[in-house]
Amino acid sequence: MTSPKTMFEKVWDRHVVVPETADTPAVLFIDLHLTHEVTSPQAFQLLRERGLKVRRPDLTLATMDHSTPTRTSQVFGGEPITIASAANQVRQLEKNCAEFGIELLGLQDQRRGIVHIIGPELGLTQPGKTIVCGDSHTSTHGAFGALAFGIGSTEVGHVLATQCLLQRRPKTLAIEIANRLAPGVTAKDLILAIIGKIGVAGGTGHVIEYRGAAIRAMDMEARMTVCNMSIEAGARAGMIAPDETTFGYLSGKPRAPQGAAWDAALADWRALPTDAGARFDMNVDIDAATLEPMITYGTNPGMVVPISAAIPSRAGDPVFDKALAYMGLTAGEPIKGQPVNVVFLGSCTNGRISDLRAAAEVLRGHKVAKGVHLLIVPGSQQVRREAEQEGLDRIFIDAGADWRESGCSMCLGMNGDTVPKGEYSVSTSNRNFEGRQGVGARTLLASPLTAAASAIRGRVTDPRDVLEG
Amino acid sequence: MTPIKKIHSRTVVMPSSNIDTDQIIPGRFLTTTTKQGLGKQLFADWRYDASGQPKPDFVLNQPAAQGCEVLVAGRNIGCGSSREHAPWALLDYGFRAVVSTEIADIFRSNSLKNGLLPVIVDETTHQWLLANPGAQVTVDLESCTLALPTGVAVRFPIDAFSRYCLMNGVDELGYLQSQESAIAAYERARA
Repeated sequence: MTSPKTMFEKVWDRHVVVPETADTPAVLFIDLHLTHEVTSPQAFQLLRERGLKVRRPDLTLATMDHSTPTRTSQVFGGEPITIASAANQVRQLEKNCAEFGIELLGLQDQRRGIVHIIGPELGLTQPGKTIVCGDSHTSTHGAFGALAFGIGSTEVGHVLATQCLLQRRPKTLAIEIANRLAPGVTAKDLILAIIGKIGVAGGTGHVIEYRGAAIRAMDMEARMTVCNMSIEAGARAGMIAPDETTFGYLSGKPRAPQGAAWDAALADWRALPTDAGARFDMNVDIDAATLEPMITYGTNPGMVVPISAAIPSRAGDPVFDKALAYMGLTAGEPIKGQPVNVVFLGSCTNGRISDLRAAAEVLRGHKVAKGVHLLIVPGSQQVRREAEQEGLDRIFIDAGADWRESGCSMCLGMNGDTVPKGEYSVSTSNRNFEGRQGVGARTLLASPLTAAASAIRGRVTDPRDVLEG
Repeated sequence: MTPIKKIHSRTVVMPSSNIDTDQIIPGRFLTTTTKQGLGKQLFADWRYDASGQPKPDFVLNQPAAQGCEVLVAGRNIGCGSSREHAPWALLDYGFRAVVSTEIADIFRSNSLKNGLLPVIVDETTHQWLLANPGAQVTVDLESCTLALPTGVAVRFPIDAFSRYCLMNGVDELGYLQSQESAIAAYERARA
């Protein structure tokens, strides 16, 4: 009898083309490569310099999301993209995909969206696959039991040229999440609490498997939110075992297996979860029932507190003090009630339809507080259409929100959507680094519920106060 | 790539922990389509004021930093975004090695592929380096050691294959391409 294996080991072992040795890393086969305009130009250039073709164009899908505008006038209205270099990147990707024979869901394609939103939507993200993209939030796809991780542009070139990567096998970390999240507490709050507990380097060198009752109770979109921020704990990837929830989500998706192929895939996917008795290199336990809505106060996602808590202090830590100085916040003060200028709802972390529904539930019948800019950016054009079919856009617009076309938008200040210098942004995105949302921007990461509640009150607000009120 | 054997240089020290790749190269500079020329935007928001003038108190703007090829950083440098623009910017500026107790996974991998040497040292050595900015050090890839001016030399870990590529100035793509028959056999077996 073979020894029990973790899900990660099963997926890894299936993709080893050449095993690793002391002298050489493993050659790992990649089932799905997603690419976008920002991290691919230099990779295509590498192919050109070496006179190489794309080995498996059928296994790469391109879209544009990072540097693209979200204003309808610039996406569909024929107005030029404001940032000339971004416009050039968009044209460059069109040219590269045409030249190398890669399918591109371009700026006006109705299937376009943030790369980590559209993979699952199309049904391309599947259990047991190896999935890479030149983007660290590729970990999102691990929610399906795929091994999915971010790579650099040189590696994008490697995948284009050979469909393989050279990799050393990472270690494994099991995070067991017991019990259920309380009402008003979301997957975002859970992953922020995990990062707060293990730290922003707590997962370095490891692939995380999220397990336990809280995970099993989550829908796929919540699971994607959890896996998305694995990289914020430093991990290579995050994975969740596929189950009936996973299969239900994928069933009927345009590029999921159909008919007999579906039945064969199901049998295969059911064998993926970690075997009883398999050992992980490290284990962490969390009780979901004890968690509150979480919010960051500093300049990395590990600087996070329950929303009812005070901003902590760390005596004799100049880096901590520098972070608080950047944020303009004071140790010992409550984070709740902190005035807010901007609220951003969107990103590959929280830009899916369930996130917009959750925010709409809070916003329905309310107005955004005076002086607050609420920017709502769906994660994909499909999410946008679904929201409009359900009338969520009316709730948002009536509340005074700015409703846009899909893209990465204000998650990273490179497409024209930025937070003004010194202003406070409650953001559903994934990074509160200095300047991430714009030069001098002060980001507080939180859930869509907390973001919506804070938009109404104009201050950091516990969503349970609004939902119950 | 130029082969790397030894780097003999004074250090620049940036003691902050968790220096993310957004600090190394802010997102607004990522609309480029080449690898070149990012050095002038390295650490842009720490290095320049709103009008684009160098901030005198930032370490890279001080005379002692000029010509230094070794960056000593607080723990977990390179966390966050996978942007390879981070090592491109560091290299374009003139750095050839980054030293810390911990280096984030993707940044370390990207650095190795471009000839920027990630050097992981123990806490004691790190503390000494943080306390002695401008120290003349020697990073020797042949012996995998970092030598301090005190005479102490510590070994650092590096993947054998990456070390081979760096020392010979070859990149990994050639090796991957040489595996073509194994890749084709794998595809046939799975089809």
